[in-house]
Amino acid sequence: MWAFIKQREGLWLFFRSPAVMIAAIVALIIGFCALFAPWIAPIDPYDLASFSLMDGLLPPVWEEFGNERFLLGTDDQGRDMISSILYGARLSLIIGISAMAIATVLGVGLGLAAGYFGGRFDAIVMRIADIQLALPAILTALLIDGIARGLLPNDMQQDLRVIVLTLAIALSLWVNFARTARASTFVQMNKEYVQAAVMQGQHPLRVMFVHILPNILGPLLVIMTVDLASAILLEATLSFLGIGLPADSPSLGTLIRIGMQFLLSGEWWILWMPTLFLVALVVSINVLGDFLRDVFNPRLR
Amino acid sequence: MAYFIAKRLVQSVFVMLAVAFLAFSLFRFVGDPVTQMTGVETSVADQERLREELGLNDPFALQFARFTGDMLQGDFGFSYRTRQPVAEMIATRIPATLELGIVALLISLFVGIPAGVYTALRPRGITTQTILMATLVGVSIPTFVIGIMLIFFFGVQLGWLPTFGRGGTVNVGGWETSFLTIDGWRALILPAITLGVYQLTLTMRLVRAEMMEVMQSDYIRFATARGVPMRRLYFKHALSNTMVPVITIIGLQFGGVIAFSIVTESVFQWPGMGLLFLESIRFVDIPVMGVYLVVIAFFFVLVNLIVDLLYVAIDPRLRIRDVS
Repeated sequence: MWAFIKQREGLWLFFRSPAVMIAAIVALIIGFCALFAPWIAPIDPYDLASFSLMDGLLPPVWEEFGNERFLLGTDDQGRDMISSILYGARLSLIIGISAMAIATVLGVGLGLAAGYFGGRFDAIVMRIADIQLALPAILTALLIDGIARGLLPNDMQQDLRVIVLTLAIALSLWVNFARTARASTFVQMNKEYVQAAVMQGQHPLRVMFVHILPNILGPLLVIMTVDLASAILLEATLSFLGIGLPADSPSLGTLIRIGMQFLLSGEWWILWMPTLFLVALVVSINVLGDFLRDVFNPRLR
Repeated sequence: MAYFIAKRLVQSVFVMLAVAFLAFSLFRFVGDPVTQMTGVETSVADQERLREELGLNDPFALQFARFTGDMLQGDFGFSYRTRQPVAEMIATRIPATLELGIVALLISLFVGIPAGVYTALRPRGITTQTILMATLVGVSIPTFVIGIMLIFFFGVQLGWLPTFGRGGTVNVGGWETSFLTIDGWRALILPAITLGVYQLTLTMRLVRAEMMEVMQSDYIRFATARGVPMRRLYFKHALSNTMVPVITIIGLQFGGVIAFSIVTESVFQWPGMGLLFLESIRFVDIPVMGVYLVVIAFFFVLVNLIVDLLYVAIDPRLRIRDVS
């Protein structure tokens, strides 16, 4: 990030493109509201005492019969939609960001080591990466989830749901990081500063993380943004399929699955409001990712 | 040539063995097969006898060999959930998924390639910018949301097309096809578009990138200088050189199509393998999960093998290298 702020040029490009600025603002607003949901949301959707059936199925304020207490209307239980959405987006973001972080640490660590040591270690890591690349991420995540269901005792399943889901997503996304980190490390290995550091007898870990890592951050940052979007999508998809989070702690995907029941009955807001939030969030993250790619790859501009 | 094919065949066998090993490990180590197959009231002695009968006390390598041997003979074991033979359960689901996948792939190619060529040839046009922005949004909208939107507009609002199931199917030699009835085609449209959209964006972006690179190469410049007509230049000279990477993506996309068909089948209640796989995950039906993996891997290996052979057919340079 600081690399392109320092370059000034990146900053200039940022202010020149309205789409990118809008995307950044949308992502920031949704991110902020979601992370601080407990303080911003009007009610706590997990607390059964905070809503009542009497308010069920109210449309958004701007529609007829709308109620100003519920900006985006309510679901069949009388839950305020905007509160459900903010709490749901919060879970989606928490899982997405942690999965992306785990995938980054795992992938970059393995990729750096593979690029640095080469030889047999490199061959093994890259074979595993190749095999996993042949399996699409969603299949890997579903599979890991299924295995976890078989291995964990039933009473632990509910408590560990979030962790299992996060790990399943992280383990299906690490390959991108590993391949990029490895390729960039190979390039850096031939540079004099790395050879000098190796010659001085510095510890391999120090060379990898103190010397090489800062120089390959650019491409990794691009992948982090793109993979954050993928992680959020993956979580939403799994929850939509009924494999992810259960209905009592809904993420955006679970909310959409619940909303599907109202597809035919006219209460459009229960389905389309969470959908709109999910799409807005992912589109803006992807636009930012595209922008970062352009900044770090001046050749393509 | 023969050497090349033989090498690829050996590689494919190794991949299949690896996947079979994965499926076997799932079966053997995730949960205990015996407790899954028997009820609560089965005595310990009976359980032990079953364990002995199934050969679960034999050495690991022997068990794996037996497992692989059974699979080669078409014996895929029994589902924990329905007690039916897994081979039968999967076999009845294969036509639905394959037909859906093939139509989706065709949509992705027949729309994606022309769009890719167009956007590469007119990189600054307004249409191009719009298409590119649309693909970015297309990539960001999850498959299931696209499905829901299509159901909402064409199924619910307009009432033109059915929103779930396969419609009428005809049994042709054991293969349930929906290609032969109008009803079947109507049911196929929405799921196929849902599944095709994401692949379409990938195809388009790849063709565009390849085409832009080719257009800058020397031979195209010479052809332009020589006065080759534009249409001939674009479609004969340039496009045929982008075909090798396009063939590659068909191979790669096949995996994506199969994986995302899980989502699409779930949205449209399409009775294919993906829906079966989802159910088996929900009920921890390990044998079905394992066999699904093996079947998917088999198709994947098969398609990629064909793709590799197509390379040689398409690109004469590969043949020359092979001779020398």
